[in-house]
Amino acid sequence: MLRLENVQAGYGNILAIKDVNLEITQGEIITLIGANGAGKSTTLMSISGVVPIRAGRISFKDQDIHRKEPDEIVRMGICQVPEGRHIFPQLTVQENLDMGAFLRKDKKEIKQDIDYVFSLFPILAERRGQDGGTLSGGEQQMLAMSRALMARPQLLLLDEPSMGLAPLVIKQIFEIIKQINIENNTTIFLVEQNANQALHIADRGYVIENGKIVFSGTAESLLKNTDIQKAYLGI
Amino acid sequence: MDYFIELFLGGITRGAIYALIALGYTMVYGIIGLINFAHGEIYMIGAFTSFIVATVLSIYGFPLLAIVLIAGVAAVIWSSAYGYTVEKIAYKPLRHAPRLSPLISAIGMSVFLQNYVLLAQTSDFLPFPELIPEFAFMEPVAHIIGSSDIIILITTAVIMIILTVVIKFTRVGKAMRATAQDRTMAMLVGINVNRIISATFIIGSALAAIGGLLIASHVGQINFYIGFLAGIKAFTAAVLGGIGSIPGAVLGSLVLGLTESFATGYVSSDYEDVFAFSLLVLILIFKPSGLLGKAETKKV
Repeated sequence: MLRLENVQAGYGNILAIKDVNLEITQGEIITLIGANGAGKSTTLMSISGVVPIRAGRISFKDQDIHRKEPDEIVRMGICQVPEGRHIFPQLTVQENLDMGAFLRKDKKEIKQDIDYVFSLFPILAERRGQDGGTLSGGEQQMLAMSRALMARPQLLLLDEPSMGLAPLVIKQIFEIIKQINIENNTTIFLVEQNANQALHIADRGYVIENGKIVFSGTAESLLKNTDIQKAYLGI
Repeated sequence: MDYFIELFLGGITRGAIYALIALGYTMVYGIIGLINFAHGEIYMIGAFTSFIVATVLSIYGFPLLAIVLIAGVAAVIWSSAYGYTVEKIAYKPLRHAPRLSPLISAIGMSVFLQNYVLLAQTSDFLPFPELIPEFAFMEPVAHIIGSSDIIILITTAVIMIILTVVIKFTRVGKAMRATAQDRTMAMLVGINVNRIISATFIIGSALAAIGGLLIASHVGQINFYIGFLAGIKAFTAAVLGGIGSIPGAVLGSLVLGLTESFATGYVSSDYEDVFAFSLLVLILIFKPSGLLGKAETKKV
């Protein structure tokens, strides 16, 4: 469904990703794990078209997307929940969700989808009229994911959804990720530092170091790999 | 008491006009964090366009109302085209440059447009046709407020209401607010940010053009340099109210207009600018973010 071939990208003089190759098939959950600054977020930003790539090729459903504008990429069905959630602070919860459906015109179904995300995260229904900036970290993460779902993505890119959250909330977020994957058949590309949790819900995983993919395999094989255990799982 | 009321209403009128220009500064700043110093020139171009169109139409003997409307529409379209083009030429290529670069580019654009109008038109003051007549029904209050003041107030009020509705409820308005709050995220929900930035420049320029028409007809003369002082004043008003904030720009403009009006009326018109800019200095010392602005916090 999504394929990255020899992708290079960066900011200014810094090359944040040097050689990234990966592939996602329809319906999977895959995870990309790596340390701070390894190039995880840059990888997602180049898929979304926010950071232009310097070399290589990104294709989605056999169509090159690396020269497309971010809004065209969203229109094709790729949505991202960026690191740090990026809630619009002075828009209400409802308006934040409306922004998620920005490219859609089907009013009736948008309303259904709002009810759907409220069923996933009932707390958001209570906070409906509140400004996004006043929510707690966990609530903001729920809102950020709901906002992405409002676009009915085929591929959902999640950047560190567990960052800065309490263990109980993390558990809830991961359960919902799995639920979204199963219920809507949404393909999920999960970037995490919390490798243990991520590998437990993922089908396959990639490990990135210094801008290069150094290891890939099924989630089980990554969990059993002693190098990865030492470096990322704290065992 | 009549004198006080006269000064008060005069101040509000002044403020209303500043607001039309200040909104352009504040909206552009809100979206791309740039002080568009060429904005005063867009206002001046609006005044010139309406001057040319109004003069031609009055030669052909059009009725006054038609002249005002056609000149207004022409000024709005022409100024918007300039605003749009200025952004595309002078700011868009510098989108990812350090913040100082587009600022210098803006000052360059301002100087260029002034001199361009100077060369293409004239350096003399041109008498602007009186587009707003003295209404008969205004006779009893004419010593307090003129007909053109009333027209300016009503026009500005209507425009403010329309602008508020557009920003609050329409798709493009919501996209503008989202882009101002978080540009990266705006891209990620599928907003074409370049188009929103263009829309902001067009709306700001259109407001400035209407301001140009109203002031020119109120004051009665124009030249290529009027954009500079009006621009500086409106910029002051925007900073006073809190740059980036739309209600702030309106409030700041009214405060500035009233200050100038009272300073002129009770002290001397020579001190008008002294009071206006002293007010700015005081606000910047005691409330640097402006009356309604939010203190900017930057994560380090």
